[in-house]
Amino acid sequence: MKARILITMLTAAVVFFAGYAALFIAPDERTMHEIQRIFYFHLGCWTAMFTALTIAFVANIGWLVEHKPHWDWLSVSSVEVGVVCCTGGLITGILWGKPAWGIWWTWDARLTTCFVLWLLYISYLILRGLIEEPGRRATLSSVFGIFAFLDAPLVYVSNRLWRTQHPAPVLFGGPNSGLDPIMVKVLMISMAAMVAVMVIVLAERYRLERLRHEVDELRMVCQARAALSGDPAPSPASRN
Amino acid sequence: MMQNFHFLFAAWIAVWAVFFLYQMSIASRAARLREEVEQLKQQIREG
Repeated sequence: MKARILITMLTAAVVFFAGYAALFIAPDERTMHEIQRIFYFHLGCWTAMFTALTIAFVANIGWLVEHKPHWDWLSVSSVEVGVVCCTGGLITGILWGKPAWGIWWTWDARLTTCFVLWLLYISYLILRGLIEEPGRRATLSSVFGIFAFLDAPLVYVSNRLWRTQHPAPVLFGGPNSGLDPIMVKVLMISMAAMVAVMVIVLAERYRLERLRHEVDELRMVCQARAALSGDPAPSPASRN
Repeated sequence: MMQNFHFLFAAWIAVWAVFFLYQMSIASRAARLREEVEQLKQQIREG
């Protein structure tokens, strides 16, 4: 418990410093000026999302190989947190698009692949809600999760493969790309802050899944006792 | 120079609002489940 409080306080300090650095330390961008500072939250959200979805991908493979419940708990938890980060990335992108491009949204390669990724993982969560039996639910959602993850690298390379509305990558983007060194440092701090927040939320969400498993086990005990005594049994725990 | 500041402010608020609402949803679901665990344990104790 002490370690949890310490980690949370440390993360809060990093988040606070990242926000301060993004707004006041990072230099002004020449063409977009202050609106470019959305970049630090925007890229932070995507970094956290890719980290969460990579964890989910590993957990999906883990379940298919070992069939241990903790892989399934980790998978659903990281997908849910990944969807939250993706939502943050999409919203900040929309709010950046309007002043920078004059439009809220366009169906360009990067935006479309991101939106498809978001829809795929929403479908993953809906699919889980439709299957009652835990083992079958974990297996089917793991297979679907691996399929959905195929879109993640496509999102990453989309603005390298197709030059449409979204700007070319500024990091690892080739000879004409790059950022001011102070911008790079602020960006790294922002990305670290968002990933740290994601990890804390993921840990909370994982504990929730473990608690749900405990409820299911207790319900099974009650059902077994009710079957023996002939009383009505409690219904299974809700997955919402 | 500061004409687009409201977009920057909205983006900053949106990111933290999304995380805050999600965290609240986790906390409320966990509280409900903890209550259910206690009820079930009591049910088992009472036989």
